[in-house]
Amino acid sequence: MSTRVAVIVFPGTNCELDVQHALEQLGGTAELVFHTETSLGGADAVVVPGGFAHGDYLRTGALARFSPVMAAVGEHAAAGGPVVGICNGFQVLTEAGLLPGALQKNAGLKFLCETVECRVDSTHSVLTSGAALGAVLRLPINHFEGNYICDAATLDQLRADDRIVLRYVDNPNGALDDIAGIRNEHGNVVGLMPHPERASDTVLGSADGVVLLQSLLDAATARSAV
Amino acid sequence: MHRQLGLTDDELGDIQELLGREPTELELAMYAVMWSEHCSYKSSSVHLRRFPTEAPWVLVGPGEGAGVIDVGDGLAVAIRIESHNHPSAVEPYQGAATGVGGIIRDIFSMGARPIALMDPLRFGSLDDARTRYLFEGVISGISGYGNAVGVPTVGGEVVFDDCYRENPLVNVLCLGLLPKERLVLARAEGAGKLAVLLGSSTGRDGIGGASVLASAGFEEGSEAKRPSVQVGDPFEEKRLIEACLAMLDAGLATGVQDLGAAGLSCAASETAAAGGAGMDVDVARVARREPGMNPVELLTSESQERMLAIVEPKHLDEVLALCERWEIRATVVGRVTDTGRFRVFDGLFDAVGVPGTNPPAPRGDEPPDVSSDRQPIADLPCESLGNGPSYTRPISAPADQATLNAADPWEALAENFGPGTDCSDELLALLATPTIADKSWVWRQYDHQLFLNTVVGPGGDAAVLRLKGTSKALALATDGKGRFCRLDPRTGGRLVVLEAARNVACAGAEPRALVNCLNFGNPEHPQVMWQFQQVVEGISEACEALGIPVVGGNVSFYNESRGADIDPTPVVGVVGLIEKLDGVPPIPRTIDREHLIVLGTTRAELGGSEWAAVVHGLDGGVPPAADLDDARRLHAFVSELVAGRSVGGVHDCADGGLAVALAEMAFGSGIGFTVAPETEVAAAAWCFSESANRVVVSVDARPLPHILRRAEEAGVHAVDLGTAGGDRLVVDGVIDVGLAEAERVWRDAIPNALGAAATAG
Repeated sequence: MSTRVAVIVFPGTNCELDVQHALEQLGGTAELVFHTETSLGGADAVVVPGGFAHGDYLRTGALARFSPVMAAVGEHAAAGGPVVGICNGFQVLTEAGLLPGALQKNAGLKFLCETVECRVDSTHSVLTSGAALGAVLRLPINHFEGNYICDAATLDQLRADDRIVLRYVDNPNGALDDIAGIRNEHGNVVGLMPHPERASDTVLGSADGVVLLQSLLDAATARSAV
Repeated sequence: MHRQLGLTDDELGDIQELLGREPTELELAMYAVMWSEHCSYKSSSVHLRRFPTEAPWVLVGPGEGAGVIDVGDGLAVAIRIESHNHPSAVEPYQGAATGVGGIIRDIFSMGARPIALMDPLRFGSLDDARTRYLFEGVISGISGYGNAVGVPTVGGEVVFDDCYRENPLVNVLCLGLLPKERLVLARAEGAGKLAVLLGSSTGRDGIGGASVLASAGFEEGSEAKRPSVQVGDPFEEKRLIEACLAMLDAGLATGVQDLGAAGLSCAASETAAAGGAGMDVDVARVARREPGMNPVELLTSESQERMLAIVEPKHLDEVLALCERWEIRATVVGRVTDTGRFRVFDGLFDAVGVPGTNPPAPRGDEPPDVSSDRQPIADLPCESLGNGPSYTRPISAPADQATLNAADPWEALAENFGPGTDCSDELLALLATPTIADKSWVWRQYDHQLFLNTVVGPGGDAAVLRLKGTSKALALATDGKGRFCRLDPRTGGRLVVLEAARNVACAGAEPRALVNCLNFGNPEHPQVMWQFQQVVEGISEACEALGIPVVGGNVSFYNESRGADIDPTPVVGVVGLIEKLDGVPPIPRTIDREHLIVLGTTRAELGGSEWAAVVHGLDGGVPPAADLDDARRLHAFVSELVAGRSVGGVHDCADGGLAVALAEMAFGSGIGFTVAPETEVAAAAWCFSESANRVVVSVDARPLPHILRRAEEAGVHAVDLGTAGGDRLVVDGVIDVGLAEAERVWRDAIPNALGAAATAG
């Protein structure tokens, strides 16, 4: 049986089908799990995909953390299960307290949809374990609020613990320390602003996201074997 | 009163005859909206019949929510274009946003998932502070709504011309994809089916012809301050898309219809008329946003994000459960009858006779007064609302047309740009005109990648979208050129079709369907109707010659700026089919050491060109010739070259002529070129002429002789201009500029024009 990934769907989420498609191209099984569910149905890993959960009319991700499914996601993370938040999913994970810091409006105060270069600065995470340290990946970004911020003590901690997994080569949004993605203490929870699923096929301009999604599937497989 | 509502005395007579009595206030208001120019096409319908609309692959032609074509593999494509010009002139963010919302609803009402948007936009000059406000607001509105609702914006155009200063053109095209068997048409047939209103509550925003209603004094006082522009809610719309598509997938609804212009009265009566049925509606059941709304307001409100679903009673519970899952309001507001009448009640619960609860009264409002023996407050033949009057308006060419056409700009320019004149600065000036300059400031704000279909996004000749699960792809392009149409509307009409079809050919596609958005001035001006008729003729001729059916369109009249009609501006969208997508198709780029070949003939055709009209202010003359046979041969040849990967780079030649096309190809790869102009035409004219039917391709030296031979066999004029290489843009004896400098001018023009806004206050 192939590895099963739960892809969370809030009203307003819009990248769920893309994440599902990209994971299934790599041989995984991705199941859409609606936000009202209280169980992940035994999935080995979780992706919180991009979009505008609950419309994002308040702070991005601020309402989604209260959806019933988030308790199950929290339990999965606490038990060491792989959890990846992409874009709006990253915002949801910070609001839910699974990752530190917050995402604020881009420095230029404009929505940005473009392909940028990101450097892998830590391979100690479920998303980057298969990538080469220092590798530069071309990944699309697509956000208005991707400008990562946290307090000085948190930043010191992130740096000291090797928890900054991706940095922008040419910072597009003003993010602190060029942060594009971070992980939790154990490396099983990762949040990133770029969209690896949009870089999953050369015909779309880049396949550099495959190494990240494959790492996630490998982590999920390892977990399902336990 | 009817005159204040915009109805003529004759139209009132027609209504009295239809009903056999005096219309009620509500009936009069419904006819006034439904028979308005916007809803009835009363000035344009006699001309629109001219369009060719048939082809074997057309599943749904003009007149429905959207045109639909068969693309094989069990898939169909729905496509529609609309204007939201006037709302955007009043409130650019919401005007543009609600335009996006409306067109998306038209697409999913056909059972199609909306997968792509295109936004052809026209503004005045960026020197003007209000234009900058409109431009930034419209782009933000498209970005804010389109990105959040989850439909990628994969292209469009942005054109700047002073004739649009007070009246920007905000057109929007949406394309959807559906399994062929899911195609649904909005039909209410079968007495007893229920009409379920889905989505937002109904407010006083955007009441159809709000100013007219307000001045009619239906409710003294408060109307004056009501916003006439609707406010969009992309989150509501996103949930509506998911709920409606799930409903249609599960066979729970036999049809869904958008509540657009004229709101509930239009959606309900059209759905019933299309099914040859009747409908009873109870306005007391409509959920309202504020207290005290009267039936006229409830029936004609254009509040956004609302749909009407036709549901069999046995499916109602499932429909309500599905709507609850997606957190959208669903209220039974009516019932299909076999009377052929559209009847409106206020509080006649038993007449509707369906399960469900009375909607809660809005804050501060009294609960509806319900009774079982109410008389209808409107009772009219269903189809009469949609069968409005049709006028053949007076037509005459503008008196100054001949004078305008006689002023050939090349005669004036030739004096200053004789043989040997350096035109490097002319190229730089063209690259800095906002219409030609780089638009990535715009595209970056649009999500153009969602759904993982976008193989070629904004900025290319055509957007290319792969169709996952097949080997096919779609190519999509929009084009318009008001200046050409002003100089000669018939030729201009042909030219816009040729350009869009040429862009699609540059992606290796065969054109399959065309939609048009016809933006014109005041139809009561005979000159405007002459332009309209001529444009329709030109579009029709080109579509016939190229075998492209027109599957839908929209007419926007009364576009005027400072008392003058805008240039006649038809905008067309062409969708083409790529049978086998083999990697990313060639894009506009030069390739080191490859040859640059121009396909097509260049003449000294400067009338309406960017160089003559924008750089030198010479806006007379005649537009380039639009030879339809040349176009057919060129498109077939280019499409074959691209599909067969015989060329590494390709670019349509349009605004700014060959010099600009070549420069844009150089920007695409960072590699310059050295070419020699053809000698049949004066060098400056050769560089900047906008002769139609031309494409530049990049070809490797080895296959070159073969390709030139094939061009000759295909009857396509082909000239080897020179090769790519180095870091300069060189047209021997005419232009010599550094690539970096030219690219900087092109890339910075729009950000600089907007940055100036900050300093100029």
